Amino acid sequence: MSLAESSRRIQKLEMRGIVKTFPGVLANDHVNIEVHAGEVLALLGENGAGKSTLMKVLYGLYRPDAGEILINDQQVQIASPSDAIALGIGMVHQHFMLVPTLTVVENVVLGLPSSRGMFLDLDVAAARITDLSKKYGLRVDPWAYVWQLSVGEQQRVEILKVLYRGADLLILDEPTAVLTPQEVDELFPTLRDMTQMGHSIIFITHKMREVMAISHRVTVLRNGRSVATVATQDHTPRELAQMMVGRELLEQYDKTPREPGKVALQVENLSALDEKGLPALRGISFEVRRGEILGVAGVSGNGQRQLADAIAGLHPVTGGRILIAGQDVTHKLPSQIIRAGLGYIPEDRLHTGSIPAFSITENVILKDNDRPPLAKGPFLDFAEIERYSQRLVQEFDVKTPDLETPVRTLSGGNIQKLILAREISREPVVLIAAQPTRGLDIGATEYVHQRLLEQRDAGRAILLISEELDEIFKIADRVAVIYEGQIMDILPIAEATPEKLGLLMAGVAASPVGA
Amino acid sequence: MIDLLTSIFVITLRAGTSLTYATVGEIYTERSGILNLGLEGMMLMGAVTSFATSYYTHNLALSLLAAILVGAILAATHAFLTVTMRANQVVSGLSITLFGSGLASFLGERLGPASNNYNLVGMTGSRFSPIVIPGLSQIPVLGAMFEQDILTYALYLLVPLAWFYLYKTRNGLNLRAVGESPQTADAMGIDVVKTRYLYTILGGMLVSLGGAHLSLAYAPGWAENITGGRGWIVIALVIFAMWDPARAPLGAILFGGINAIQFRLQAGGTDIPASYLNMAPYLATILVLIATTWWENLSHRVGAPAALGLAYMREEK
Repeated sequence: MSLAESSRRIQKLEMRGIVKTFPGVLANDHVNIEVHAGEVLALLGENGAGKSTLMKVLYGLYRPDAGEILINDQQVQIASPSDAIALGIGMVHQHFMLVPTLTVVENVVLGLPSSRGMFLDLDVAAARITDLSKKYGLRVDPWAYVWQLSVGEQQRVEILKVLYRGADLLILDEPTAVLTPQEVDELFPTLRDMTQMGHSIIFITHKMREVMAISHRVTVLRNGRSVATVATQDHTPRELAQMMVGRELLEQYDKTPREPGKVALQVENLSALDEKGLPALRGISFEVRRGEILGVAGVSGNGQRQLADAIAGLHPVTGGRILIAGQDVTHKLPSQIIRAGLGYIPEDRLHTGSIPAFSITENVILKDNDRPPLAKGPFLDFAEIERYSQRLVQEFDVKTPDLETPVRTLSGGNIQKLILAREISREPVVLIAAQPTRGLDIGATEYVHQRLLEQRDAGRAILLISEELDEIFKIADRVAVIYEGQIMDILPIAEATPEKLGLLMAGVAASPVGA
Repeated sequence: MIDLLTSIFVITLRAGTSLTYATVGEIYTERSGILNLGLEGMMLMGAVTSFATSYYTHNLALSLLAAILVGAILAATHAFLTVTMRANQVVSGLSITLFGSGLASFLGERLGPASNNYNLVGMTGSRFSPIVIPGLSQIPVLGAMFEQDILTYALYLLVPLAWFYLYKTRNGLNLRAVGESPQTADAMGIDVVKTRYLYTILGGMLVSLGGAHLSLAYAPGWAENITGGRGWIVIALVIFAMWDPARAPLGAILFGGINAIQFRLQAGGTDIPASYLNMAPYLATILVLIATTWWENLSHRVGAPAALGLAYMREEK
């Protein structure tokens, strides 16, 4: 054992019998984990399995109802993040904990004592950050403002922040969710270097590929319980996935090759600005035919949201044209675009996709309450509305106590099923599905995918906007890659590989441009 | 002409002093993410308590202390409601304004001497008089800066200090972080609750001092509604200053200047009806807000702390 390794304060960390309840939810039910110096422990589980809760307990953000935490066999009390930091525990949150209006160095020293007492010592800190950057291979300019950084760079700042505080144990909460495949490839060697230097890492994920690539051992969480702890090398990804879900999984969908029909959605040279007035879409063109799914792949924040909203009439267009079934709908009102045959499953299902305080029934009739059969003149036909809502809830398997339940109280998967039900049953010509499975568990994800494929086979044109490459490979027929508001390339899915798409997602053109 | 300008500038600074205290105070409060709309009530309470203390004790230090204390108590109430109880910040602030205004006019009618029917109006206490600094005050126009009272002179130190503290010290950095992203600050081990209490109370003290300047130096004396809506103008001045204490005097001078000119015109006799002149500062508030917002949009710069007005709760699920 090298000196660096033996000098780490955390040689072994255990969490024993952790229980954490929220009103109505048992998030952690006697969970046990153990991690050693120089090792990566993957914490594997679906959304809602209790991974993040467990880590927030470890980091002092939540107070557990029961259970104990031991470092090197000594029981410790962690009542706040500062306690955790003092013990050598650092956390990189899934949603970055950075203040965008501050510089990198300001973010790093936040909450720390300064060598100059009450005055800031940013120059000293910047020098130390530069040293750490070199030691761990985490390139970043200490004087840049955080809002100027790419997501990958912001993550490096997060890791530097934790290392700067002398963390021996790093908690990484779904660190790859926001990265391009290339950025992931840069992150993993850094993590391996860290374990070489005696750090221990807890890596939260639900992606099998990452578990296999980086972890030494895996603890699987399901419904708030730790169901298994195994050595990664002893198991196949499939076995681990089944432990995580607790049942057999579909290997692949029945995706019948299908000859697409007429063009249903045409986007020509579309431009739009973002909320800050900067270009968000820069001359986007593509078409989607009936009976095909066009996937739009890209790293979050490259114009996907504006693209979907622009087509739906919810975001102002500054140039170009949008045609649905040959009809020009550019600059039309959302209601006119809906009439023209657009169905929209928005990214933000709880705010754009539904009205959280409204009941299931009220949400289901949002788009059609002004015409028969749901309306009789100016009045609503409540009997008909109830039949309609009842039918959709059954047909789409929405789990709810009754039709009057506010949508807010449903799980993410059930809200998504409800929105699918509303949009699909309107029989649109074009269906936009933006991040349709984000935050859903494997079961709900499978359901959404199969419904989308079914709609494809029924002859709808589907635009699938997704940051999950796996999803695009599973159900799309063609894939367009978006980068900084431009379409880099459009490929048939058979010709696309993760490597090819990864390069395009990072802005590297497929065909060499210039010299 | 120079003399006229100088004399206008003297009044400008005098009128701007209370605004500057309150603006710096509110900037600190808002930087922690707490919006305090109780300014008007707090300024009035600061004005009445400091004046009453000055009337009975003739001790100016004690008078200022009274204002600071009252400001701290009202601000602590606001902090308790909005930070601990997570009440709506707008509603809490408005209640403090209503409460403070009502209580101040009540006290004004009860704390006076029996000979004046217990009314404070028309009484005189000790006051801060302008101290003319020989030599410096002879400089054309700018000499106006050296014909002021101690509270104004104190600002020459307080404003740079407030800027330095906010941008160059650890505490200032922590404060900015809490107002921009309490989640991040919390995760970094900064006590969000403590920070918000601290700067809401500190801000309240400065706001109340602004009120004290009105009754101890500017007026001086007590009159019903002595602030004349200055508490509301300050809310706009904070936006005008883009939450930077160094810019607080600019807005205060602008509004102090409008006041001074309006004063001059009224005193010198003019055809413009007095109501229009009285309206000028408030009209200017609207114009300044439009201009600032327009400039913000143009420069893609948003000055407001991102978490302003939002309650922070850690165990949210």
